[in-house]
Amino acid sequence: MDQASLFSLLSFGPDGWGMRFVEGLVVTVEVSVSAYAVSLILGLIGASAKLSSSKIARGIADVYTTLVRALPELLLLLLIYFSGADAIKFVLSLISEDFEDFEVDPFAAAVAALGFIGGAYMTEVMRGAILSIPNGQIEAAKASGMSRFLTLRRVILPQMLRYALPGMGNLWLSATKDSSLISVLGNTQDLLFMGYRASAVTKHYGFFYSVAAILFLAITVISMIVIRLLEARLNRGYK
Amino acid sequence: MDTTLKVEDLHKRFGAVEVLKGVSLEARTGDVIAMIGSSGSGKSTLLRCINLLEIPNSGRVTVNGELIRMKPLPDGTAKPEDMKQVERIRSKLAMVFQSFNLWSHRTILENVIEAPIHVLGVPRKEAIERAEALLAKVGIAEKRNFYPNHLSGGQQQRAAIARALAMEPSVLLFDEPTSALDPELVGEVLQVMRKLAEEGRTMLVVTHEMGFARDVASEIVFLHKGQIEEKGAPREVLSAPKSERLKQFLSSTRH
Repeated sequence: MDQASLFSLLSFGPDGWGMRFVEGLVVTVEVSVSAYAVSLILGLIGASAKLSSSKIARGIADVYTTLVRALPELLLLLLIYFSGADAIKFVLSLISEDFEDFEVDPFAAAVAALGFIGGAYMTEVMRGAILSIPNGQIEAAKASGMSRFLTLRRVILPQMLRYALPGMGNLWLSATKDSSLISVLGNTQDLLFMGYRASAVTKHYGFFYSVAAILFLAITVISMIVIRLLEARLNRGYK
Repeated sequence: MDTTLKVEDLHKRFGAVEVLKGVSLEARTGDVIAMIGSSGSGKSTLLRCINLLEIPNSGRVTVNGELIRMKPLPDGTAKPEDMKQVERIRSKLAMVFQSFNLWSHRTILENVIEAPIHVLGVPRKEAIERAEALLAKVGIAEKRNFYPNHLSGGQQQRAAIARALAMEPSVLLFDEPTSALDPELVGEVLQVMRKLAEEGRTMLVVTHEMGFARDVASEIVFLHKGQIEEKGAPREVLSAPKSERLKQFLSSTRH
């Protein structure tokens, strides 16, 4: 097949795969952004727990980060996706029989699982960043009469962001690629899944996997530009 | 005159080391108390115990007649009974640090308006007007949109003083405000502090600047090994020290 007809396979018409790849791209971005948001929340909770004076909180956070970072991500994803859904169904069936037909939304389950995994790495990034804040910055807040919450919101979080950004940027790039793991779940049609489908149907493996690869690369390049802009903004007062 | 700040029998231990062994102190409105002493004498710890950056093991601190309520713990330490009270009192005790501690992610102006807006609830517009007047007063009005790291040490410390003044505090606590400065920058900060003393502000100043202590302080307190060894009017204390320790200390600081 010549080049022209190869590219015609990518057209947006009814016979082309173009639209499907766009859909896959959207799903990948949606899953990545949602999972990343979950990991930000879990990371903040995890870092606070690790830095808290409560032994129980520190213990739980330690178990969380150790387990998640010890196991392969694909294994964790399968574990959480399948047993997590069963667990939720079980709990709901205890509450009421009305929930008998309840099905866990595959998108939500995938996001929850990826977010849970990302949260463990985020915990470590944020913990390190909070520890990097010079103590005098926090003392100045205390001495001005700021409450703990106000100090967190006005001093610790904004300063932490500066120290955490390189690590957070890395985790975002990981999140975009880890989102492709959900293609093995078979229910969510992300970019890699589209690449696989298009290749399998047309037998143009090299071509369609390359299309998927280029789109992943595009996500990364755009992300890196945004990260660089953010970094410049957060470093305004430091150069 | 009214007693603005009263410290009674303050004890502070760090592990096995007793840093403050029962210190009492009183500042009436308009007093400028200079605290001197060699390093390790406990003078900075005393200052930090007053606004509870360090929690004293025992003793009483009263600000504007309000006692900070403390709860003794079984292990010999103590903790504040009510953090809300501590926060309210801290907002009346502004502190100027040795290393300035301006918030590095905010401009000079933002540093000065931060606590008035978020702690005292001053409307933003009013806070900015007041901040600009204060920055003019300490001589760095033109630096208001700079970040702290872009200023010299002397400018940063003057900004930190403006930040402290913005709280309209009852007492200003200075923790070795010129010790981190290059020698040629010390003067500009002392000059601002001198002006504040002349305005009748109540100040507690931990310092190594004997000239400043002599000229500006209404009282000098000499700490030695966690206790007040000698105190009194600057001229008496500095020109006719009674304690042997103070004589030694003074001869070592006047080369």
